[in-house]
Amino acid sequence: MQPQGWCQRWARRAKACLAAVSLALPLGAAANVELTVYTAYENDDLKAYKAAFEKDNPGITINWVRDSTGVVTSKLIAEKENPRADVVWGLAVTSLLVLEDLDLLQSYAPKGLEKLSPNFRDPAAVPKWLGNSGWICAIIFNEAEAKKKSAPKPVTWKDLANPAYKGQIVMSHPASSGTGFMYVSAWLQLYGEAEGWKFMDALHQNVARYMHSGSAPAAVAAKGEYMIGLGFDVRGSRLKEEGAPIDVIMPKDGLGWDMNAMAIIKGTKKAAVAQKLMDWGVSEGANRLYGSTRAIAAIPGYAKPLPHLEKNIDNRIMKQDFAWAAKNRARILAEWERRYGSKADAKKK
Amino acid sequence: MATIAQAGPASAAGRDLGALSMSALTVAVAALLIAGLAVPLLMMVAKSFQATRGEYVGLANYAVYFSSAAPLESIGNTLVVGVVSTLVTIPLAFVYAYGIHRSCMPAKGLFRTIALIPLLTPSLLFALSLVQLFGNQGILKEWMFGHSIYGPIGIVIGMTFAHFPHCFIVISAALSLSDRRHYEVAESLGTSKLRVFFTLTIPAAKYGLISASIVSFMLSITDFGIPKVIGGQYSVLATDIYKQVIGQQNFEMGSVVSVLLLAAAVGTFALARLVQRRQVAMMSGRAVPYEPKPRHGFDTLMLAICAVIALAIVGILLVAVASSFIRFWPYNLSLTLKHYNFDLAAGGGWQAYRNSLTLAAWTAAVGTVVVFIGAYLVEKGRGLTRVRQLIQVLAATPMAVPGLVLGLAYIFFFNKPGNPLGFLYGSMAILVLVTIIHYYSVTHFTMLTALKQVDPDFESVSDSLKASRYRTVWKVTVPLCMPAILDVSIYFFLSAMTTVSAVVFLYSTQTSLASIAVLNMDDAGEYAQAIAMAIVISGTCLAARLVHYILTRGIAARTQAWRATA
Repeated sequence: MQPQGWCQRWARRAKACLAAVSLALPLGAAANVELTVYTAYENDDLKAYKAAFEKDNPGITINWVRDSTGVVTSKLIAEKENPRADVVWGLAVTSLLVLEDLDLLQSYAPKGLEKLSPNFRDPAAVPKWLGNSGWICAIIFNEAEAKKKSAPKPVTWKDLANPAYKGQIVMSHPASSGTGFMYVSAWLQLYGEAEGWKFMDALHQNVARYMHSGSAPAAVAAKGEYMIGLGFDVRGSRLKEEGAPIDVIMPKDGLGWDMNAMAIIKGTKKAAVAQKLMDWGVSEGANRLYGSTRAIAAIPGYAKPLPHLEKNIDNRIMKQDFAWAAKNRARILAEWERRYGSKADAKKK
Repeated sequence: MATIAQAGPASAAGRDLGALSMSALTVAVAALLIAGLAVPLLMMVAKSFQATRGEYVGLANYAVYFSSAAPLESIGNTLVVGVVSTLVTIPLAFVYAYGIHRSCMPAKGLFRTIALIPLLTPSLLFALSLVQLFGNQGILKEWMFGHSIYGPIGIVIGMTFAHFPHCFIVISAALSLSDRRHYEVAESLGTSKLRVFFTLTIPAAKYGLISASIVSFMLSITDFGIPKVIGGQYSVLATDIYKQVIGQQNFEMGSVVSVLLLAAAVGTFALARLVQRRQVAMMSGRAVPYEPKPRHGFDTLMLAICAVIALAIVGILLVAVASSFIRFWPYNLSLTLKHYNFDLAAGGGWQAYRNSLTLAAWTAAVGTVVVFIGAYLVEKGRGLTRVRQLIQVLAATPMAVPGLVLGLAYIFFFNKPGNPLGFLYGSMAILVLVTIIHYYSVTHFTMLTALKQVDPDFESVSDSLKASRYRTVWKVTVPLCMPAILDVSIYFFLSAMTTVSAVVFLYSTQTSLASIAVLNMDDAGEYAQAIAMAIVISGTCLAARLVHYILTRGIAARTQAWRATA
């Protein structure tokens, strides 16, 4: 304890000196600024991202406010008349589009913008949001349970309609979780609306539960509660690392995906500092960091393959129209609820 | 104050000051209840009549909500869960209480303690444990006969465990009030045991049973954690609110569902008041408490039934404890402590646990003081009759307000731009406030009952001696009410440790709580960690309960001697 105490004391003194110096400096020079950053990134990511950013930007401290995608989005909307966040960094782009629609985002074109893959930015000349990394729809297939029931391994999404999987599939409820909605919107775009709904009708016959959480389907499939969970790549890879008897299948007929993105919150009093975070968030260093734990990064070629996963999936991901998904979200969810939301309806089919 | 009182008759100025400060306190308590309860609720109701950007749209949101079949199903499901879980819980709690009060079975103290255990655990723990037992990989899966635990069956079983102690306490109180002389008369008339049961026991316990049913129904329709964890596809109003607000960021629709749930709860509560008004005193002053006589067959039967129920409660907790040490159920059964390393899991880690302790301590400390002052002013205050009546009405309201609804109402009120109380938003203080308000009713009425037992002569004597009221309160009333004060503080503490619904919309990253962490870990699919955290909470509550027990014992010995002679 003793050396640490010494360290802290010296650090405090150094900080005090710094503060005194920065007071003496003219306005706009590097004083210690705290940025409130809302995020849905996972805890391990947060430590690494904060450390790397603060190392490159002395004098700026990130204060994370972390929660699940739904909660962060709700918070930002609840606070819309009185914003508390300066930047949101690491929220699903589908959520950011909702925020954009409510005019909560401040546009900004950071340095190095041109390096990003065109998929990974708001198409506007001065974008409202910028992508960081992506996660891909995957089938988490429990091989141990499949063997017990001698069920075949699915290769495409449409294979999931096989009656062999009756009552063995779980996915997120699209009205409760962004992950669930990502699936539905991807299928509708992949197959077209009519065929997409037809596929979901068939899938619905096999679905045991629509869960109110994005990560739960993968977790329960890994534990053998159900044979198949519709989850995403990163989670599947981690569960396999922990020893779950699963295969993470990236279906052949198309890969839906969603994007972690960042934006400045309109009305922030620290716009200049927030812009620095945006600059850093699209930099090569940041992308290298995103790519170390994700299958896709915003700058092409920066992602390392995840353990236990098919290589080079980033060039197989489908072209996804996020704006279309956001605009039609209410309509799609209403149609989904009409078809599958009520048990009475499900029985009629 | 003390010097004035010691100096003999207080000056008129001193007394005026005392009365003035008493009035100020009355207004302060009323203001707290208005800002912490009435205004937020009104804003929430108003929100249900507004569109996204705040313009008034009349009943349009309600029309949209009812335009599909799903909401009707949720309402139906909510009622089904409420009724069925009540129909299951009440007979179980009744038989259990009957065994304890009316038989000579052994180990009654142990059984009573076991019945109260669920009060010490987050209700989510039962749902999580049921999944371990009866889920698709559960050890007792066969007991489900092909039915799924995810749905109404799981919700009802989970609620039965969680709400058992509440029903047990109410029924227990009713059964303890019965007149031995009635039974002696029946016996001397040769009335059959069965007839005695239906003509004497049940009518005497009738109001207790009705009250317990209402309590159980209210808890069941407003419970959020259990349906969230184990409800599967089965939607109820409480999960619908969460789905609207967190899943779809639709606050207006969330308000609509909240108003419906609020209406259901208020309706039930009104019914309860109606029933209580009809209640007549069952015990005359000359009643002799019933004392059971040993009957071998009957006692053995009661012991067997109570043992099964007690084993179920203890068993389900032991399953939870055991599963928290298993590395990767069901594929790797080796033992590990890693699930207790909460810093690796979702939900804020050990910091969340420390926050929960802070919340519980503040809620117990501040809540007890506020509740005591409020109840004292209502019962023994003078002047400002209207304000005191308002306090009494507002104090009874939280009982009919589901926690989820209260939490949502707080977002609207405290984050409104220009609200001078806005600084509370996102702080620990707002969590303390919402928890105190959420549990205000029970504590207020506990305190009120205790204060009613304190002879009003103390006040009139001290007033006529011109002693300071504060001195009387401090020297007489507080010590006499000490058992109730301790009960209220432990109730606040336990509730704050285990609460989910009221705080789920209000916690911030810096103030994440252990009970919320359980919910978030479950949400992230980290089930073993969720159970582990729930066990840590239960252990803490158990320790607090022990401290409370020791304190009560010690204090009772010193301050409660008057009760024995009274």
